[in-house]
Amino acid sequence: MTHGGRTGTGLRGLLRMRGGGDSSQPKSLLTRVVSWLIFIGITLYFVVPLFATFLHSIKPKPNGVPDPTLAYRTVLASPNFFIGLGYSFTVGVITILISLLIIVPTAYWVRLRAPRLRPVVEFVTLLPFVIPPVVYVFGLIRTYGGKPFQLLATDTGSNVVLVCAYVILSFPYMYRAVDTGLAAIDVRSLTEASQSLGAGWTRILLRVIFPNIRTAILSGAFLTLAIVVGEFTIATYLARNQAFGPYLSLLGRTQPYTPAVVTLVSFGLTWIAMLLIAFIGRGSRTRVQVAGAR
Amino acid sequence: MADAAVVVERGALPARPARRFGLAWVGLLPFFLFSFAFIVMPTAYLVAGSLQKNDKPSLQNYADLSTGIIPLALVTSIEVSLVTAIAGGILGFLLAYAIILGGLPRFLRTGVTTFSGVASNFAGVPLALAFTFTLGHLGVLTILLQDTLGYNLYDHDFSLSGKFGLELVYLYFQIPLMLLIIAPAIDGLKKEWREASENMGASPRDYWRRVALPILTPSILGTMILLFGNAFGAQATAYQLTGGALPLATLVISAQISGDVLHNPGLGYALAMTMVGIMAVSIGIYTLLQRRAERWLRS
Repeated sequence: MTHGGRTGTGLRGLLRMRGGGDSSQPKSLLTRVVSWLIFIGITLYFVVPLFATFLHSIKPKPNGVPDPTLAYRTVLASPNFFIGLGYSFTVGVITILISLLIIVPTAYWVRLRAPRLRPVVEFVTLLPFVIPPVVYVFGLIRTYGGKPFQLLATDTGSNVVLVCAYVILSFPYMYRAVDTGLAAIDVRSLTEASQSLGAGWTRILLRVIFPNIRTAILSGAFLTLAIVVGEFTIATYLARNQAFGPYLSLLGRTQPYTPAVVTLVSFGLTWIAMLLIAFIGRGSRTRVQVAGAR
Repeated sequence: MADAAVVVERGALPARPARRFGLAWVGLLPFFLFSFAFIVMPTAYLVAGSLQKNDKPSLQNYADLSTGIIPLALVTSIEVSLVTAIAGGILGFLLAYAIILGGLPRFLRTGVTTFSGVASNFAGVPLALAFTFTLGHLGVLTILLQDTLGYNLYDHDFSLSGKFGLELVYLYFQIPLMLLIIAPAIDGLKKEWREASENMGASPRDYWRRVALPILTPSILGTMILLFGNAFGAQATAYQLTGGALPLATLVISAQISGDVLHNPGLGYALAMTMVGIMAVSIGIYTLLQRRAERWLRS
């Protein structure tokens, strides 16, 4: 997110040292009170469910004796929890690698050689926003479930389709992140310099372009990870029930207290991903990006 | 792929882009092939299926959209999306106004923005569960209200798995999304515009009514339309919360995937395409309005 860091200029600026564009204007008491009320009210709405989830997680009373850490210990002792996290993280990492392998050369090529195809590429990367996940997985199942592909008949085939679907879901974020990164460097000069030193395309991409857009790549990667690890709809209908999303869903329908713990874990993971993105993007104009609803 | 192009173009890098456009697309082949296989083809399958009935080309499936549960599902989906887009849009705007222009301490603004990044991504199953623990039958808040005030929510027509409950939950990602998109627009309001208004004798109210709001209107409207699409396509949250009981377009599709509940595969495809159409229109309008809004934000 870009923060308006403009400071007031001239006399007005000197008189009000609080900085910050139009926000430096002195506020009437009414504006302040109303703003505080809005802030407190909406904050309560956001904090209460999280706090309630926490309270719920420490509620178990086996044999009438309160045992606040029981649900936590149960989750930590549960193999399915780690299988789910492990599976989803693995899928996430593979997704990111494939996505980068496709998107970086594509975005690079669009900037360097095919700027006229930019609208087409952008349009294709935005398709996952237009096609809701449940509709998308519907199409995937009908296309790859039946003849001639029959990819979904095997475990491996289903995993492949899942990863490819996630790669498609990552395109809007990855393309924009990488393209923003490329905009900040002089792609043409770097390419020409590398070529005059005898570098081929693979070397240019791997040794020159990749390192120069590391920041952009990382923020795209963490956002992809945040989306993939909690994804439910596509994983469920491709029968990937070991994935973290379907696992939590089943837990929520069958267990009383442990889902609260896993919900908090899921929230914590989202926090970590977002903080990493903010940390990587500090100083640059990278905006906080948001995934679609699930 | 890039290697294929090397053979042709090595050492002949044009000074201007796109001079040798004829072969430029070759470098994009992997991207287009992958996209074709994994999003164009699946979508085309649905399109083709929706235009067939008993293996013959037909528009009957689209005509049949007016039968059974589908009209109710579409109307409910649209209603929930509309309500949460408007409510989320207003609340998100107010929150953005409060933290940017309301004279609140600076650190609150940073905190709210970061939290919004998290909350707008905190959707789906965990979100549904968090609300179940809060306002479900045995939710912490439900019990607290019962114990302290003797007020039982569920005796008063409240249900978390009903339409209102779902809308309440959706706001959890709608408000932050609004805030994140609208904050830069509010930031883009230039101090000079307000000063100019004041110099010409405008009250703060006049300034908001005649200057700030008209400038922000395309952004506000556009973002609300985006929120509409955001809620319209959501499936996981509703599925976990209602167990598929609420008639929503996404949940009808879910049921259609698991077993042909509509007793007509083509009808499922037609519903899917209708949803894609609605999404396309809302995202298209959002893009147009956002472009219009950027006129003012450029500086």
